[in-house]
Amino acid sequence: MAENLIVPTMAEMLAQGQQPEVLFWVGCAGSFDDRAKRITKAFVKILNNANVSFAVLGTEESCTGDPAKRAGNEFLFQMQAMMNIQVLNAYEAKKIVTACPHCFNTLKNEYPELGGHYQVVHHTQFLKELLDNGRLKIEGGTYKGKRITFHDPCYLGRANSVYEAPRDLIQKLDAELVEMKRSKANGLCCGAGGAQMFKEPEAGNKDINIERTDDALETKPEVIAAGCPFCNTMLTDGVKHNHKEADIKVLDIAELIANAQDL
Amino acid sequence: MSFLVNIFFAIILTLGFGYFAINVKKLVRNINMGRDVNRSDNSSARWNNMLMVALGQSKMVKRPVAGFMHILIYVGFVIINLELLEIIIDGLFGTHRVFAFLGGFYSFLIGSFEILAVLVLVAVVVFWARRNVLKLGRFANPDLNGKPRKDANYILYFEIVLMSLFLLMNAADFWLQQAGVEHYIQAGSFPISHFISPVFNGLNEGTVVMLERTFWWMHIVGILIFLNYLYYSKHLHILLAFPNTYYADLNAKGKIDNLESVTKEVQLMMDPNADPFAAPAPGADEAPAKFGASDVMDLNWVQLLNAYTCTECGRCTSSCPANQTGKKLSPRKIMMDTRDRLEEVGRNLDANKGVFVPDNKSLLNDYITQEELWACTSCNACVEECPVNISPLSIIMDMRRYLVMEQSAAPQSLNAMMTNIENNGAPWQYNQMDRLNWKSE
Repeated sequence: MAENLIVPTMAEMLAQGQQPEVLFWVGCAGSFDDRAKRITKAFVKILNNANVSFAVLGTEESCTGDPAKRAGNEFLFQMQAMMNIQVLNAYEAKKIVTACPHCFNTLKNEYPELGGHYQVVHHTQFLKELLDNGRLKIEGGTYKGKRITFHDPCYLGRANSVYEAPRDLIQKLDAELVEMKRSKANGLCCGAGGAQMFKEPEAGNKDINIERTDDALETKPEVIAAGCPFCNTMLTDGVKHNHKEADIKVLDIAELIANAQDL
Repeated sequence: MSFLVNIFFAIILTLGFGYFAINVKKLVRNINMGRDVNRSDNSSARWNNMLMVALGQSKMVKRPVAGFMHILIYVGFVIINLELLEIIIDGLFGTHRVFAFLGGFYSFLIGSFEILAVLVLVAVVVFWARRNVLKLGRFANPDLNGKPRKDANYILYFEIVLMSLFLLMNAADFWLQQAGVEHYIQAGSFPISHFISPVFNGLNEGTVVMLERTFWWMHIVGILIFLNYLYYSKHLHILLAFPNTYYADLNAKGKIDNLESVTKEVQLMMDPNADPFAAPAPGADEAPAKFGASDVMDLNWVQLLNAYTCTECGRCTSSCPANQTGKKLSPRKIMMDTRDRLEEVGRNLDANKGVFVPDNKSLLNDYITQEELWACTSCNACVEECPVNISPLSIIMDMRRYLVMEQSAAPQSLNAMMTNIENNGAPWQYNQMDRLNWKSE
């Protein structure tokens, strides 16, 4: 069921002598994970609808190296980083948007020293920019009055102090934004960061995603909003663990906006 | 003969500060065992951090009860120590309340010291109760079993004794002033201690003079002992919080440093013109330094300063997602272990004329286990929480680097993830050529 998504690649753009306004860094989760692909598509629908000139690297994209670096493999990280930087610099990328806070953090903070200087924004920041410039209209509709709680991804929040953009977008949906007891700088991790996503947790008495989902459920939400494909997975599992998946949806901010726009 | 007392005082003072200076030297030597890291940039942001976070206690008040009580003790400590100047001059020159000539201002000072002393006492009692009666989670935590828990209480007892001596000393002085005893000039105001002074009623003047002198001596000697206790305790934070906040990492918390030694290797690998068989350039560094850290000497000096600065408050551990869910990782323990190992290495140097004799121990495994290191989600909650900008995360990352790059000792599933990234550019086994398939699915 192919939708009519317009997704130019940098190579295609270059062949036509064009430079897009922004490069969309899809990330591994956004490219391969079934759940995260829906987020990618939702974001692309918004970009298409707002006539944003963007392009992806497509098959020229590779892992930023974040999970390798956080697992301690600096060699692998820097190899990935330098290969990606060669590609990005060859296309003269200036501005990068990504829906993954881990890619966002790595591209923004760890690539410059290795020769990759770009303006890097998270997709919630980019959507907020579009909104502020009048290029994106958000109307309540679907989510009007609904209780939505936002889970701060560590690599967006604490790591890079981005707290307001996702919240501003939720409020634009005329939804009731309810904060968890631990939010913003005090937010609790979903349990996936630092390469935990790719291994079993150490022995303990609870899984971190269950602990965090409990925080979210306390707010009696109809939707748990996330801004990270990994948090999304962890919280979705947490909701299922509590057998609440019929009542509570875990959705990315991009999905909320795309749904509200009926895209 | 009275000058003998002054000489005795001078000797005590010299011993007190002298012994402290020796330990400070050790402290500096131990911190300098760390690898070099440049933190001389951006001094205005660094001063600002120090003023806000250390002097201004901005991160303490995130937890309002502890924060407020801590500010009472902190302000009390700093301000009451102004009195120390007078005590030292009086002690050296045989004067009594040498600043009395300040008149009304002097009364104001002494009066404020007394009120602060009472507030400090109240706060210290509350802190003691939080540890010993309420047994708050972060204080009941097994990290503190044994010496650290006692250390915390000793510090509180010390503060109670010092503040009490200060008030008793003033109470006796006030009583003697009222009695018009020679040498005890009318000076100062005693909003608190004048309530205490009636306990001396009925004693003869000589006895009260003796008591006043005893309190005075015990107070200054107590301060000197406390000063020297700092090095052996978690209480060093009262001094090290300042350099620690100054030298703290200014980058976004998400940024983990890129190892330069690795950058060189990778650049060489990717340079098509590089000659893989070339002899190293003359003067080039010899064998590359070890990747990551397995012992304290592999950490940088700021990480070691962090370890000495930690006062074991446990805010990091109480906010750590791994620790909250029962895993062994405790960021506070990472800092305590680093300090304890550093001290051990320092004692080794002392015992062997400044040369480290291998002791078949290391920070990794003997202090910090792999299980602890692998439980970290790198969420930065510990870094965010620390009231003096310590980063337990940076030590965890450096130790993971050692495990992976020097020992290939990552958990199996992480090795699989890394192999996937190497082979197909994603942490899962998907072909890089399929990266855009989502578009048409």
